[in-house]
Amino acid sequence: MAQIRIENVRKDFGSFNAVKSSTFTIEDGEFFMLLGPSGCGKTTTLRMMAGLELPTSGKIYIDGEEVGMKPASQRDIAFVFQMFALYPHMNVGKNISYPLLSQGMPKAQVRTKVAEIAEILGISDILKKPVGGLSGGDRQRVALGRAIVRNPKAFLMDEPLGALDAEFRERMSEELRALHDRMGATTVYVTHDQLEAMQMGDKIVVMNHGVVEQFGVPQDIYDWPATKFVAAFIGSPPMNFLDFNGMVGIGANEVRLGDAAMSIPSSLEGANGALTFGVRPEHVKLDDSASYRGKVKAVEYLGTTQIITLDTPNGVLKARVASSDVVTVGATTGLRFDPRTITLFDAKSGKALRSEANQGVLAHG
Amino acid sequence: MSFSVTEPAKSTKWIAGILVVGYAIITLIPLLWIIATGFKSPTDSIAYPPVVVFEPTLEGYVNLFTDRTRATEQMLEEAGPPETWYEEIVRARGTVISGPSRYGERFLNSVIIGFGSTALCMILGTMAAYAFSRFKVPLKDDLLFFILSTRMMPPIAVAIPIFLMFRNLGLNDTHLGMILLYTAVNLSLSVWLLKGFIDEIPIEYEEAALIDGYTRFQAFYKVVLPQAATGIASTAIFCLIFAWNEYAFAVLLTSGTAQTAPPFIPTIIGTSGKDWPAVAAGATIFLVPVMVFTILLRKHLLRGITFGAVRK
Repeated sequence: MAQIRIENVRKDFGSFNAVKSSTFTIEDGEFFMLLGPSGCGKTTTLRMMAGLELPTSGKIYIDGEEVGMKPASQRDIAFVFQMFALYPHMNVGKNISYPLLSQGMPKAQVRTKVAEIAEILGISDILKKPVGGLSGGDRQRVALGRAIVRNPKAFLMDEPLGALDAEFRERMSEELRALHDRMGATTVYVTHDQLEAMQMGDKIVVMNHGVVEQFGVPQDIYDWPATKFVAAFIGSPPMNFLDFNGMVGIGANEVRLGDAAMSIPSSLEGANGALTFGVRPEHVKLDDSASYRGKVKAVEYLGTTQIITLDTPNGVLKARVASSDVVTVGATTGLRFDPRTITLFDAKSGKALRSEANQGVLAHG
Repeated sequence: MSFSVTEPAKSTKWIAGILVVGYAIITLIPLLWIIATGFKSPTDSIAYPPVVVFEPTLEGYVNLFTDRTRATEQMLEEAGPPETWYEEIVRARGTVISGPSRYGERFLNSVIIGFGSTALCMILGTMAAYAFSRFKVPLKDDLLFFILSTRMMPPIAVAIPIFLMFRNLGLNDTHLGMILLYTAVNLSLSVWLLKGFIDEIPIEYEEAALIDGYTRFQAFYKVVLPQAATGIASTAIFCLIFAWNEYAFAVLLTSGTAQTAPPFIPTIIGTSGKDWPAVAAGATIFLVPVMVFTILLRKHLLRGITFGAVRK
């Protein structure tokens, strides 16, 4: 089991720059998520860790050893492909045993090992079957079996649940997490699904356009996004952005959105000009006594909560409120924001301004 | 009466069946004619109108495999009574067997050259196709076009330069020369066909093998080749059929040791009158290897082994 360190890694495909100078560390035993929209460079980053792509520049360390230019076969890592890539001309058992055979392990030992893995994954009864006729879930289990059978230093998974039906996905994500906890192996998992990332990951790296936007535990990333991209990518509905022109001084506890004064966590950074006031929908309260007002445009009922879409002087805003609140479309209502949860962004660069609340999180972002 | 969208009506099936069988019979008549002629006596073989029902004889086959001389009465007496069934057939015509014919050797040459060039073509073709399919090859498109362009004229158009080149290299009338020639002609076809098949194989399989600790070459022959089996089999059949049937170069470049069966078969006529049954017998036997090869590989042609292993 191993720590994986990525240092200033860059990857160009011809003139296209897929990954720009990424740096982050995956600790031993972590379940680590690489999250981002398609084309953000997350899969390329993973493939460089695996040795399926070579970095244009930068260094990749597995267990302290620089492996950037080593072939995949010498890195002792396992890779689970999105499309499984089970060897179609072999049966289930042969597929699982294949990595062991390359190491020259004696046949008898291979058989015991395969049986053991099949037991863990609950696929002992299909070992003799060809892989062609298996269900999506079973194919996924075989792919996992092939990965875990030789106790590699790390598991790299490229959207392993992406090819599964919704019903299987839920179950397999639980199985995966349980398997990880049981084996304690470092796992790097690529996904574009923010819920999957939050639900399964110990840590998340959010990437966009080849750049690491933020790196940290799911809760921190959700509460204290480092950039507007992260704030918008994570959360459903995403964080609200209220654009305003104004200034915030160092140590300020308040900003003015038009005429209304809004409390914010004490700012550690001064800024002037185009700013964005970020607030998560669940931190918006409807309160008729508030001076900041919005007009209700739409109401979506979701069971325990409802999503209210409002027009405000600074743009459209969504609020998540209890279903018991009575809201009429077309009515105007006062809005109050939980001051402890506010993030201010520089509207142009998209970067969050440091405050007393988020400084600990942004320090390693 | 019930209708089905996918199942044709019974009457339609019957009509289609009759048409297909009828067409097959028509196209196969020349083949049946050749096979039948091989078992006819020389008289029956040139009878007009042609005889369809005849007494079969193996005379054509005996003549194909033997050289015979006209025997005098004295020679026949000295030789004593015929010991074998084929001697009996030969004696009946007043001849004796003077030795085996060259057909066996020529047939063996065809086997060596046909299968040799097919094998070489497959080895070089799969490796070249794999490289073109997977690696960044400088000027890839130009190279592929160049390879294809070797097929843009009939190969015989370059017969004279090849003849001169072979003479200077000492490759005239050698097995090696013919194997190299047929390989060169077939290689463009095999590279293009195989590249298409290899392109279809998802690259993830090789990547999985690389991750599982195998080298590039191991991944190629343990993972890619088995999956390309269908393509390799069909390409091999095409290559073999060309090399097996090739006539013009064989006439031009071989005369003795390396002569293949196609230029030899017509020469059978000349030895003792128009011996059509022997020619037909030679042609019939000549058909067998390609047929057997195709039937053996048919299983591969029909098997879609990659089905379902990768979800598309």
